[in-house]
Amino acid sequence: MFFPVPDFKGFDFFPHDLRLPFMRYKGICITLSLIFMAASLGLYFTRGLNYGVDFKGGSLIEVQSKNGPADLHDIRTKLNALGIGNVQIQSFGADTDVLIRVEQQSGGEAEQQVAMKKVVEALGDGFTQRRIEVVGPAVSSELRRTGIIAVFASIIAIIIYVWFRFEWQFAAGCVVALLHDVLVTVGLFSLLQLDFDLSIVAALLTILGYSVNDSVVVSDRIRENLRKYKRMDLNELLNVSINETLSRTILTGMTAIAGILALLIFGGEVIRNFSFAMLFGIIIGTYSSIFIAAPLLDYLGVRRDTVGHAVKAKEAAAAKAKEPTPAKAKAASRQS
Amino acid sequence: MLHFDRWKIVLIVLTCLAGVVFTLPNFFAKETVESWPRWMPHRQLPLGLDLRGGAHLLLAMDTNELEKDWLTTLRDDARKQLREAKIGFAGLSVAGNSVQVKISKPEDMDKAYAALKKLVQPIGNAILGTGGNDITVEQTPPDVITLRPTEQGMRQRVSSAASAAIETVNRRVNALGTAESTVVRQGSDRILVQFPGLQDTKQLKDLIGQTAKLTFHAVHPTVTAEEAKQTRVPLGYKIYSSAEGEGGRSYVLQETPVVSGEDLVDAQPGFDSRTNEPIISFRFNQSGARKFGNFTKDNVGSPFAIVLDDKVLSAPVVREPILGGSGQISGSFSVDSATTLAVQLRSGALPTKLTIVEERTVGPSLGADSIAAGKLAGLIGCLLTGILTIVAYGTFGVFAVIGLLVHGFLIIGAMTIIGTTLTLPGIAGFVLTIGMAVDANVLIYERIREELRTGKTPIAAIEQGFQRAFITIFDSQLTTLAAAVIMFWLGSGPIRGFAVTLTIGILTSVFSAVTVTRLLVVLWLKAAKSKGRIVEVPV
Repeated sequence: MFFPVPDFKGFDFFPHDLRLPFMRYKGICITLSLIFMAASLGLYFTRGLNYGVDFKGGSLIEVQSKNGPADLHDIRTKLNALGIGNVQIQSFGADTDVLIRVEQQSGGEAEQQVAMKKVVEALGDGFTQRRIEVVGPAVSSELRRTGIIAVFASIIAIIIYVWFRFEWQFAAGCVVALLHDVLVTVGLFSLLQLDFDLSIVAALLTILGYSVNDSVVVSDRIRENLRKYKRMDLNELLNVSINETLSRTILTGMTAIAGILALLIFGGEVIRNFSFAMLFGIIIGTYSSIFIAAPLLDYLGVRRDTVGHAVKAKEAAAAKAKEPTPAKAKAASRQS
Repeated sequence: MLHFDRWKIVLIVLTCLAGVVFTLPNFFAKETVESWPRWMPHRQLPLGLDLRGGAHLLLAMDTNELEKDWLTTLRDDARKQLREAKIGFAGLSVAGNSVQVKISKPEDMDKAYAALKKLVQPIGNAILGTGGNDITVEQTPPDVITLRPTEQGMRQRVSSAASAAIETVNRRVNALGTAESTVVRQGSDRILVQFPGLQDTKQLKDLIGQTAKLTFHAVHPTVTAEEAKQTRVPLGYKIYSSAEGEGGRSYVLQETPVVSGEDLVDAQPGFDSRTNEPIISFRFNQSGARKFGNFTKDNVGSPFAIVLDDKVLSAPVVREPILGGSGQISGSFSVDSATTLAVQLRSGALPTKLTIVEERTVGPSLGADSIAAGKLAGLIGCLLTGILTIVAYGTFGVFAVIGLLVHGFLIIGAMTIIGTTLTLPGIAGFVLTIGMAVDANVLIYERIREELRTGKTPIAAIEQGFQRAFITIFDSQLTTLAAAVIMFWLGSGPIRGFAVTLTIGILTSVFSAVTVTRLLVVLWLKAAKSKGRIVEVPV
């Protein structure tokens, strides 16, 4: 049979005999992560988030100057004279494009529209409207509520799934890792005061998905190894499992990051914050599954006899026969 | 794992082909696609408002106003019932969220209760077995009867008002042209209007921003508004202010209108032949014409008022009986406002005022920029991923990339068939799934390498690689799927678009990585075997 693709081997860039002592640093990493989580919480409660219109209510208008670069100073003077409260004006992408944010007006839903009308009139004919977003108080509070519910519902659904497929210790490790990812991402947005809107919630949910994806891959390997090496020290076993999946973790991370970088650089201003959140989240999600979810198992302990309810006697016996500690396990024990 | 039945291969190839075929129309202009023969698919992926430009308005009904209106009607009905039953009452008024009647003679209570009980209407669904009434009637001895709308009754009111409002809004929006706009209910008391390709939303907002309840009222013959304000408003009358605002004069008008906008059959903007001012000419239906004719016949020489949304537009004097059922309204209109009002009158009044609670409008220029940016980012993202995969996994990497291509076609094809709109977050979701779809391949190939390192034969390693990795793929994709489904379930607007793409993407990525790539690997194995013993796996 004719086959059109010539055979060539891929470039296996990852040194597979490298046994990195991840578990040795678990104390430091978990402590560091706890500090980051606490710092993020602190930032959230003191500095707060820079909520976008979706969650804060108010209006946003993106305009493009018809004749050359827009004069931000001129716009600022014009709009500040309107008496519609705090108006934020910033250049958006190109120097002809301006993003104007008007704070939520008091006096109910209809007032937001009135304010927007005033802004459009004050800007005059020199601009085309590229985008308008007006969110009233009722809708913004609903979006806030459903956003929070969505994040927690996802976490709960994921936990239930992991609990069902693995053991409660795995689920517990996952929760901490997921909370860590969400908290730290939120903390970063608070620190940098980036716009936090609906798309960031979507990013958070995707990060959750990605992070648990990573954790599951590692957990799967841990489960497999628990059956394989009945007598290996748990600490070593976890380290072996992380190392064995490391090449996959890094390659998948690279391809995911490649896609996100393309979005970040070429995807346009509108989804820039979203892409940024994703980029950060993928990195932090990868970190958390290696340095938080798996090491936590060592603290929580796993009842090895029950891991994987499906272990049949035959399988167990087969595993035992193979057991006479393979080279890998020896290498790992040397590490610790 | 390394065996495919012939029919399975056929099925896989057909699925891939279907993906390509249904994706195809998206690469061509609409006109080109329309000229294709009929057996070819014509459907294109509908673009979301954020990509094609357009307005998204979420309108909320004023449920308080609905309740107030209902209580007023209830009060009037109660009055009618008591009068018909010839029962004297000392007081009848709306109190809070109920109507209270004070019966003059306590011995009439039973009779009055029976009469008012007739106002109770059963509601509910016979099929679902949910019963109940729209109002409750309670007696408080010695002489008070309270009519109170039930929660169920209110819900039904809101629901039917929403349906009526949707129809009216639809008629008004359609008057602006382009048939592609959609008006749908959202939740219990909200209406979502989506209007693609609109540059300026002012006209749209003007059209739906007004209830446009037109009524014709008799003016009180003697009492002026100023007098009424100082003393008291005559029974059955009410003070109405002018549409001109602060400076305009107020009128004392009979509360029950002579004719209302429901009796209109037509309204057109025009110009007054003498003053050249914009006016609206209208025509009543038969019953409206008769009522209006009778009224004008009896009231020659006295004024009547044309009231729009409880504001007096004008109060001309009846010069002669108007029997033909047509007339005109003047009232300091501009050409635009006359046109808008004519559309509103033709489409009927809204049951309540609609407030815009959310607006998202995207201009066509930004939409076009977003499409361009999305295409570029998508292309580069796919390219980078493809290169990385081939560099890392050689020939098998090429198979993975073919799987990715299939995945891309299947995603777009599936979205086209289902008719989900493609939004900017959707494009982002697409790029992300490409990055993540590779994960399945990475898992498989890393596993194969691992098995090879333990000294397994090539075929055994490939077999084990697919088999072992599949469990992991299944677990990891299912958890991501859980997150995506929740996003779709709870998310709104942009999140939804993203969730749909992600969900479809997860499903197709498993198919492409596990099935398509595996098929290619199996075909490669066959080809390699025919050449001799396999010494090396190109991974």
